[in-house]
Amino acid sequence: MIEMKIEDLLKNPGEWVRAEGPNGKIVMSSRVRFARNIRDYPFPGWAKKAERQKLLEMVQPVVEGLPEMAEHFGDSMDNISAIDKQVLVERHLISREHAAKNVGSGVVINSRETISVMINEEDHLRVQSIKSGLQLKNIFKAIDKVDSELEEHLDFAFSPKLGYLTACPTNVGTGMRGSAMLHLPGMVLSDQINQVVQAVNKLGLAVRGLYGEGTEALGNVFQVSNQTTLGEKESEVLERLNKVILQILEHEENARITLLEKKPKLIYDQIGRAYGILSNAHTISSKEALNLLSLVRMGVDLEIFPASARAAVDELFILSQPAHVQKAAARKLTAEERDAWRAELIRAQLGNIPRPSLGDRPPMDGGRTESE
Amino acid sequence: MVCDICKKAEATVHLTQIVDGKMLKVDLCESCAKEKGVQEAAGFSLADLLVGLGAAEEIKVESPGAQCPVCGFTQADFKKTGRLGCSACWETFEAGLASLLKAMHKGDHHIGKVPAKAMHTLALSGKVRELSEQLEKAVREEKYEDAAQIRDEIRELESKLKQTG
Repeated sequence: MIEMKIEDLLKNPGEWVRAEGPNGKIVMSSRVRFARNIRDYPFPGWAKKAERQKLLEMVQPVVEGLPEMAEHFGDSMDNISAIDKQVLVERHLISREHAAKNVGSGVVINSRETISVMINEEDHLRVQSIKSGLQLKNIFKAIDKVDSELEEHLDFAFSPKLGYLTACPTNVGTGMRGSAMLHLPGMVLSDQINQVVQAVNKLGLAVRGLYGEGTEALGNVFQVSNQTTLGEKESEVLERLNKVILQILEHEENARITLLEKKPKLIYDQIGRAYGILSNAHTISSKEALNLLSLVRMGVDLEIFPASARAAVDELFILSQPAHVQKAAARKLTAEERDAWRAELIRAQLGNIPRPSLGDRPPMDGGRTESE
Repeated sequence: MVCDICKKAEATVHLTQIVDGKMLKVDLCESCAKEKGVQEAAGFSLADLLVGLGAAEEIKVESPGAQCPVCGFTQADFKKTGRLGCSACWETFEAGLASLLKAMHKGDHHIGKVPAKAMHTLALSGKVRELSEQLEKAVREEKYEDAAQIRDEIRELESKLKQTG
C-alpha cells in the first residue's frame, strides 16, 4: 500500500478529464455512487463530533486497505487546505458539501482518480467511481466490487424491505445514483435544450448544471442522473439512464448537423470568435472561459480544429477553473489576478492549436452536410 | 403569498421542479430561502426541501411523540433537517415514512443488491419458514419422528441466525 501526498495526487488531473472513453465527444464522463451507512451508528448530520471521529477512525483504514486503493491519498478533511478541497470538487472527486467538512470527515482517493470514498458526508460512506465517456455498466461493476469488499469488514445498515438505509429518504433502497456529464452546445445553440430537459424530467431523471444540484450549466455541460432509488434494480436504473443518454446524444448530433446545414455562418462565427478571444485575451473569468471552450470543443468535434487539439481543450475545461488556476499559481490570488493567470494559461495551451480551418468551405451555401 | 416555511414573511422565492412527472412547488421568503441554502449552489434539491416540509407532518400524524431508542432522534428533528438520525430511525418512524417513500420512489420495497451477510440471513430465515411448514404438516399427519427431526433442524438454524444477528 502506497500512501500519496495530496500534492502528488493533484499534480495531474485523473484519466476522466481527457474524454477518451466511449462516446467521449458528447459524454464527457460517467459516474456511479453508492451511499452506505454503518448499522446503529448515528448518521453524520446527527452524530456528535467524537462519534464522527470514532467512525472515521474505524472506516478509513478499511477503505485504505482495499485492493483498489493500493496507491492512494487518504486524509481527514481538516488536514486538507481550502484550495485543495476546491480542486477536488472541480475534479468531481468530492462534493461541495464534503468540501465544507472538517474534523470527523475524511476522503480516500486512488492514484488514478477513478475511485473516491467520502467518509461522513451526508452518509457514513459515499463510494463513487468516475470514468471518461459513457460507460455506466463498467463503472457499476467496479463500484459493486468495492462495495462487496467493504461489506466484508463493515456492518452496513440494511433492511430486507427498504434496502440500504440512508440519512435522506431520497437515497434509501439501492443508495445508488448514476450520472453522466453531457456536452450539448448544439442543442443550446438551436434552442432545443429546454425541451430535452423537460422530457428527461418526465422520465424520472434529473438534469442539472456542471457541479450538481442547483448549479448553472456552464460550458453547455449538463448532468443527467436518476432520481429514484427504491423499487428498481440497480441494473434497470442504469439501463434506463443509458438509454436516455444515448437518445440525447443522437439529438445533439442531429442538432449539430442541422445547424451546419442551415446556419453554417452562425456556427463558424461562434467557433471562430471563441478561438479569437481565448487565444488573445489577457484577462478572462472562468464562466466566460468555459462557455468559449465549449465552442472550441465543438469545433474539434466538427473537425474545424485537428483531433490532436482535443486533449488540450478537455484539460482546459478543468485547468481553467478557479481553484486549479490558484493551484497553478501556487499562491492565493485575487479575483483579478486569477482572471489574468487563467488567460495566460489558456493562451499558452491554445498556442499549439492552429487557427480554425474554415477557408476551404463554400462561402454562402450549406457547407458540410456529413456528420462530424 | 406567505412563505411555506415560516408562514409569516412574504414569499419572494418561487421554485418549481418536475420530478417523475409530478410538479413540486414551494414558495419561500428571502430569509428562509437563504437558510435552506436555496441561494447557494451547493446541495439544493426541491425534493429534499419538501421532505423537510410535508413529510415531517406526516410522521407527526402517524407516530406522535416517537423518539428513536438508539440515537434519540425525534420527528421535530426530521422536520428541521429532512434527514434521519441513524439506521434504527427507519424502524422507529417506519409508518410515517411509508407514504413519503411512495410519493418519492418507483416502489415501496427494495429489489436491488443485498449484502452477502444479509443474503445469508435471508436465506436462513427462508429455510426456517419452509421447515416450519413441514413441521406442521408432519404433526398433522402424526409423523412424530420426522417432526422431532425437523424441530431440531429449526433450532439449529435459529441459533445460527442469532449468531449472525
